[in-house]
Amino acid sequence: MSDVTVPTNKRAQREALGPYGKIGKTLGELDDRLGVAKGGRTFMDKIFPDHWSFMLGEIALYSFVILMVTGIYLTFYFVPSSAIVTYHGAYLPLDGQKVTQAFASTVDLSFKVRGGLLMRQMHHWACDIFVGSLVVHMARVFFTGAFRKPRELNWTIGLTLLILAIGNGFLGYSLPDDLVSGTGIRIAYSIMESIPLVGTYLAFFVFGGNFPGTAVIPRFFILHVLIVPLIILGLVGAHLFLLVRQKHTQFPGPGRTEKNVVGSPMFPIFMAKTTGFLFIVGGITALLGAFAQINPIWQFGPYDASRISYAVQPDFYMGFLDGALRIWPSWTFHSFGHTIPFEVFIPAVILPGIIFNLAYVWPMIERKFTGDNEIHNLLDRPRDRPKRTAAGVAMFALLAMLFIASSTDVIANFFHISLNMVLLDMRILCILAPFVAYPITYKICKEMQGFHGAGKRKTHNIVTRTTEGEYIAIPTPAYDEDAHHELVATPVPTYIEETPEVPAESGVRTVER
Amino acid sequence: MSEHDEHDENMEREHRTPVSFSGLSADDPRLQPAAKNPHTVEMVISITFVVGTILTAGFGAAYWVNAKPWILGATMGGGLLFLGIGLVAWGKYLMPRGPFVEERHTLANSEADRNAFAAAIVERGGSVVKRRKMLAGLLGGGLGIFSVVAMFPLIRSLGPLPKGTLFHTDWRKGSYAVDQTGRRVSVGDLAVGSIVTVFPEGKQNTDRGQAVDQTVLIRVSNERFTTQKGRETWAPMGYVAYSKLCTHLGCPVGLYEQQLQLLVCPCHQSMFNVTNGAVPQFGPAPRPLPQLPLYIDSAGFIRAQADYDQPVGPGFWERS
Repeated sequence: MSDVTVPTNKRAQREALGPYGKIGKTLGELDDRLGVAKGGRTFMDKIFPDHWSFMLGEIALYSFVILMVTGIYLTFYFVPSSAIVTYHGAYLPLDGQKVTQAFASTVDLSFKVRGGLLMRQMHHWACDIFVGSLVVHMARVFFTGAFRKPRELNWTIGLTLLILAIGNGFLGYSLPDDLVSGTGIRIAYSIMESIPLVGTYLAFFVFGGNFPGTAVIPRFFILHVLIVPLIILGLVGAHLFLLVRQKHTQFPGPGRTEKNVVGSPMFPIFMAKTTGFLFIVGGITALLGAFAQINPIWQFGPYDASRISYAVQPDFYMGFLDGALRIWPSWTFHSFGHTIPFEVFIPAVILPGIIFNLAYVWPMIERKFTGDNEIHNLLDRPRDRPKRTAAGVAMFALLAMLFIASSTDVIANFFHISLNMVLLDMRILCILAPFVAYPITYKICKEMQGFHGAGKRKTHNIVTRTTEGEYIAIPTPAYDEDAHHELVATPVPTYIEETPEVPAESGVRTVER
Repeated sequence: MSEHDEHDENMEREHRTPVSFSGLSADDPRLQPAAKNPHTVEMVISITFVVGTILTAGFGAAYWVNAKPWILGATMGGGLLFLGIGLVAWGKYLMPRGPFVEERHTLANSEADRNAFAAAIVERGGSVVKRRKMLAGLLGGGLGIFSVVAMFPLIRSLGPLPKGTLFHTDWRKGSYAVDQTGRRVSVGDLAVGSIVTVFPEGKQNTDRGQAVDQTVLIRVSNERFTTQKGRETWAPMGYVAYSKLCTHLGCPVGLYEQQLQLLVCPCHQSMFNVTNGAVPQFGPAPRPLPQLPLYIDSAGFIRAQADYDQPVGPGFWERS
């Protein structure tokens, strides 16, 4: 036996562990090695403002988690090869057909592998949810002015994430090598070709030669499962790091200033909610995967460059591009022995280039026009910034029209109207919609500014009849959360000792935008 | 859980995390759960957890017996959903309602710190570079050239140069037109108003044959047909052949509107008039589909007079 006194009874054992028991002891050991106590405490105390719109970014984050988990599962069974095999698998209608290994393995992982179809459908749905929630999250950030100083960098990272998500979605959609995705790749090839000067070289280098070649599936595979996800993962990390470093924005309200954050602490309240939310996002994705069929490639058949299917649309996030390609006039340029296919280059390269670059430089544009270089931690209500709101709505109106234009043929078929008519109408609508949306939004914002109590829930009036027969309506008091009352927030003591700062004269600077 | 237990728990929490909620007594309203009747909520949450656990276990069982995909998804999704809803409700209704506040600290440092940082870079770096301008220039030049040169093998190895491959197809003088199965098409095969996709013989099952050489063969009449001036001999016995690659984005022009004599691209609805040389009549396509000159040999087979007289498919820079 050693000299160390071994506590004999339970009480003594507990006392030896210190006031916080085994967990405290473990944390102590961790702190000895990593020095995590201070930072960990600060992190546990981090305050998350309670507002439903802050959940949109969480949807994006969690659908990305689901994408990674289901995606890893799929890589075990998917064979990224264009080699031709004769299909003898679980799906009998395709038996004996010559298909690529990519296609055959996708069909087999859907029908032979236990849970494979569910995982594939969840993966596809999670991708649509990922891109969709990114768009909505960015809209929230845009319309509330959360991108303003000091958060311009995070806006840039977020926008890059959106572009990468769209790109990786397209890469993944291309992998099964079915008839629909193959047509998508063909279009992507032609879009690359349309770039002046370097287009054909670009297309040849990406595809390893003339279309379709055999290089594209393995190349897209490694981009889709490794390179792009790694970049996304890194940028998500940077995004979250900046979020913690700069702390959350919050809507103005009683007790909320530019100098504080009001809400729930990381542990345990936010952690419970957000973990639960991860489960909910996963659950909904699984239910979608179970009950809503998506991308049934065995119905489309294997890709054959000389075949095509009717009324097929790409995933929704490609819709605006497809719509632009459909409605852009057939203007082409050829002269001096060269051709610039403007009918492709403008809608498929220049237009998305303008849209995304506009989004990138928007914080700069706004800073320039308003001359506002202050630090902003309190969010704008969209109606208080009518010009910004109107500009955002105008952009979304354009995107919505382009999206609708991606199904001109289906619309014409469904409503039994002429395709020519639909195309013409969509051209007009795409030009008109932003110009109509802007003034209407602007006016609504202005009206809402003047309308007292806008955005607050209405309370009912109690109508009583007096003995003289007169009716009187007495309004009931406002809802508790809506009422303006002094909020007494509980200060969480800080660890970092700082000299008290002299508060600025005013927290908010009102600037007309 | 009884009143007594709950009180104990509050005391315990108070004791264990004195810092976070310091200054608050255990019965401070901000430490109370948000729910008006926590016991009911607790019971509801218990139910969601139990249901979630049962469904999750059901997922395991379903996986074990290799149940249908929708059963797998329903059990897994339902399980996650119930557990998630329970957990969110726990956080929302049973944990301290707050609100709590955290002070922000200005990220910007003092002027002195900023100057010291800038000085470290500007003065120190500047003096080093100034003293050894030549070295810095040489290093910069070397790294610059390296970064450019390093791109060459990376990019150039990815694929061959386009050279002339985009300008020609595999149709040659005398190529037999065969269908997808490799059967030669002869003059009696198509009735007027019929269409078939053909390839130069031997290429029907190749990637390039399908992607580049694909051609639509339409019989528009019973006699020699002229689509445009100068193409009088190209469509013997009413057999007209056009490249199947849309001049817009290269989709196969797979729809044939027989009564209007239009070829329609299902991707972006470009329409080409079969009777006048496939001139685009509607939609975004900028050019007519190239026409393949045909002849009928003595045995009655449809054959090509020559390759297309222009590049097929969508436009690109080198195309004149």
